[in-house]
Amino acid sequence: MTDTPATWPKDIYAALKALDVHHVPYVPDAGHTRLIDLCLGDNEMSAVPLTTEEEGVAMLAGSWLGGKRGTLLMQSSGIGNCVNMYSTIKVGRYPLLTLITMRGQWGEANPWQLPMGQNAAEILRLSGFQVFSLDEAEMAGEIVSAGGRTAFEANQMVAVLISQRVVGSKAFAPAEAN
Amino acid sequence: MWDRNRAESYPLHRRDVVEHLIKDMDDLLIVAGLGAPAWDTTAAGDRDLIYPLWGAMGGTAMIGLGLALSQPERRVLVITGDGDMLMGMGSLATIALQRPSNLSIVVLDNERYGETGMQATHTAGPVDLAAVAHSCGFEQAATLYDEEEFDHATPTILEGEGPLFFVIKIRAEDPPLVLPPRDGAHLKDRFRMALLGSEKGVNPAA
Repeated sequence: MTDTPATWPKDIYAALKALDVHHVPYVPDAGHTRLIDLCLGDNEMSAVPLTTEEEGVAMLAGSWLGGKRGTLLMQSSGIGNCVNMYSTIKVGRYPLLTLITMRGQWGEANPWQLPMGQNAAEILRLSGFQVFSLDEAEMAGEIVSAGGRTAFEANQMVAVLISQRVVGSKAFAPAEAN
Repeated sequence: MWDRNRAESYPLHRRDVVEHLIKDMDDLLIVAGLGAPAWDTTAAGDRDLIYPLWGAMGGTAMIGLGLALSQPERRVLVITGDGDMLMGMGSLATIALQRPSNLSIVVLDNERYGETGMQATHTAGPVDLAAVAHSCGFEQAATLYDEEEFDHATPTILEGEGPLFFVIKIRAEDPPLVLPPRDGAHLKDRFRMALLGSEKGVNPAA
């Protein structure tokens, strides 16, 4: 690791702008901090903090009804909070693009994150999503662009799972304390 | 206190309320919550710019928010029930923070879960949804109990500065089913075509 800030949040932001994304509902995650800040600072975007992730799924159905594109940002633990609301998207054949920062995989130190993290892709696939994995930071822009095209132009549900290797795993204690 | 019978004597009838609100108001963009509210809007006259839900419980107000943010020049009216609103109470916090000036939320409150056998909800007890909305930041949030209060509030619901939140206490009754189309993709496409034009409505790349 170096001290140079990662460029992948900016690459994703640029991809969302190119996709004409206007609405960005989110539940914060440490891994999404910079992307959320970029969206909050953009006057052409509505970045909408949610109390629970399923609100964002419903909101983006409304956004699409009104002619605007959006993207839901969440952490992997939010996937399960949305499961019934995904039905609305699937039955309505709405597009849905969600970018999910992963917990419960690479170097996870909180066992409570593991059940959702380990089952994330399966739950999403069972709910009707195409699942893309972002394991290399330099692929971020390209994967979000590709996923967005499929979502918005083919009316598909697309989830991009941003690996904990890209985001970085959360430290609960300095190494020497253990 | 959980008075599971009092709603049987509320004077307002749901079908009258909904017809009064939306009949001939063809410019409204309407999202109708699952169950009886969707049957009510259909009874008042199904049309393309009504999006009736057959599911999505807890999400009706948020669909309204997405629509209101997309179409800031159009009035968006969410008509839903107390059960749906109770399930999505957190969305009142989310919506109040966004302050959409074109969004009105009307909760038809019969204090029952109508589709599952008319079991009492929390609003038959101490829960005051208008007070919840007000606490979240809705400056205009009120509960209406009779025809006079409803008539007085109607122009505000339809034209007032949002976000607006009105609970309308309605009689617990079970009017005949009047069902909207049930295919979700059809309902979405007809709404978008009516709002955005037939080409953009079904071809997002256009």
